[in-house]
Amino acid sequence: MVTTLYRIIKYGIQGFFRNGWLSVPALSVMALVLFVFLNLIIFNVLAGNALDTLKDKIDISVYFQSDVAEDDILRIQRSLESLSEVQEVKYISREEALKNFQERHQEDETIVQALEILDENPLSASLNIKAGDPREYPIIVAYLNNENLSGLVDQVTYNQNQLVINRLANIADTVGQTGIALTVILSLIAVFVTLNTIILTIYSTREEIGVMRLVGASNKFIRGPYIIQGIVYGVLAALLSMVLMTPLVSIASPYVSILMPEMDLRGYFYGNLGNLFGYQLLLGVGLGTVSSVIAIRRYLKI
Amino acid sequence: MISFQNVSKVYNNHSVALENINFSINPNEFVSVVGRNGAGKSTVIKLLIGEEKPSKGRVIFGPYEVNKLKPEELPLLRRQIGIVFQDFRLLPTKTTYENIAFALEVEGRPQSEIEEFVPQVIDMVGLSHRTHNFPHELSGGEKQRVAIARAMIHRPAVVVADEPTGNLDPIHTSEIVRLLLKINELGTTVILVTHNKDVVNSLNRRVISLDQGKIIRDEEKGKYVLA
Repeated sequence: MVTTLYRIIKYGIQGFFRNGWLSVPALSVMALVLFVFLNLIIFNVLAGNALDTLKDKIDISVYFQSDVAEDDILRIQRSLESLSEVQEVKYISREEALKNFQERHQEDETIVQALEILDENPLSASLNIKAGDPREYPIIVAYLNNENLSGLVDQVTYNQNQLVINRLANIADTVGQTGIALTVILSLIAVFVTLNTIILTIYSTREEIGVMRLVGASNKFIRGPYIIQGIVYGVLAALLSMVLMTPLVSIASPYVSILMPEMDLRGYFYGNLGNLFGYQLLLGVGLGTVSSVIAIRRYLKI
Repeated sequence: MISFQNVSKVYNNHSVALENINFSINPNEFVSVVGRNGAGKSTVIKLLIGEEKPSKGRVIFGPYEVNKLKPEELPLLRRQIGIVFQDFRLLPTKTTYENIAFALEVEGRPQSEIEEFVPQVIDMVGLSHRTHNFPHELSGGEKQRVAIARAMIHRPAVVVADEPTGNLDPIHTSEIVRLLLKINELGTTVILVTHNKDVVNSLNRRVISLDQGKIIRDEEKGKYVLA
């Protein structure tokens, strides 16, 4: 049993090297497939990151009449927080609003002077609301517009930004769906390309398989080395794909940072090196094994 | 030990290869099966090793009823038969040594046995200087000797040679025939399928003559006669 296993592994690895003219094309196709797969993972991470950033930037603010007591606003904050659609509510008091305003415009002399002339703080207190899903803002706005609150609320920014928010929400959804569709389609293509390459590789050795059968080799003994070869393809292809990706990440990282300042592509790549390699190893070895089993099945019936 | 009982083989429902064949072969016999191209010689071999199933009748080999074996049972049968083909059928990515060792490895024999027997057999077929060459580096006669070594290394009950000299010149042909006779002397049944008249006539052993799928002659000390 151990001897047989040893022989199967030996022949698998030997077959890989001695069939160089067959192994190289199969290996390169598989490496390319895994490379595409790796790009898909990274694309999805980037797109997801961009979408999160985008969604995070969407919010609405409710400005209150200047005579509304802080307690009332905090009460409304609590009631808003109890809504399932609401993710986060931040209270900005009149003083804070003034401080923020001054900080933002500290280099603008006219505004600084204008503020000094006024005795009273001209800004209103507000609640900054973020929804879990941008599509849920209308529900939150409807809640704010009900009769109990209409006397307290000065204005809700959603009304001015409704169009933009909806459009952003649509873009976010479309990008997300495109990513999924792209992943599914490219993964299917990858699987078929690998399968066909391995089928062709094994097809070209079908006579050998016939000879092995006629010499009295059991199917396990014939199939084993091919499966080992499939595993070798998977491991080497995963390695190759990572090697191919490394310089690309270094080149692309600065450009990605310009587009998405929050995204550190290099950091992500090196931080998840093990995971990324693991996924590819899993896919590569899985594809190699399954393809070999499928491809060899029909030649084992002699 | 081997017997064909009322065996017929029809390919694709209309091409008749064998028609109601009956014969049996005893242990340690040397039998030549002769006939023209398409007489059904190769079909006899294919039925014996289970590569094809008969359309009718039974093929018996020792304890096996070959026509009833499932694909996963065939390896056990084939390990008791050594087969030599006209086109050698060596494994192209394995050396002489590895090709011969393969027949032992499929049986799960230990490495020590392989290291002991393989060089002996290589020596017997006179290929010690070619031990680590690949098939494409060997001449036709050398390839066929590797094939014979592979067919006999596991001491099968029967060695079947299907036109083993078909691709060889007369000198190599007589070499191969000598080897087959030697194997027979060592106690192995040999079935030689051939259409080489000189070989058959020089052997002076049992000859089964086939014509158009039927046995037309089965003689104890036969000659190559087709008429």
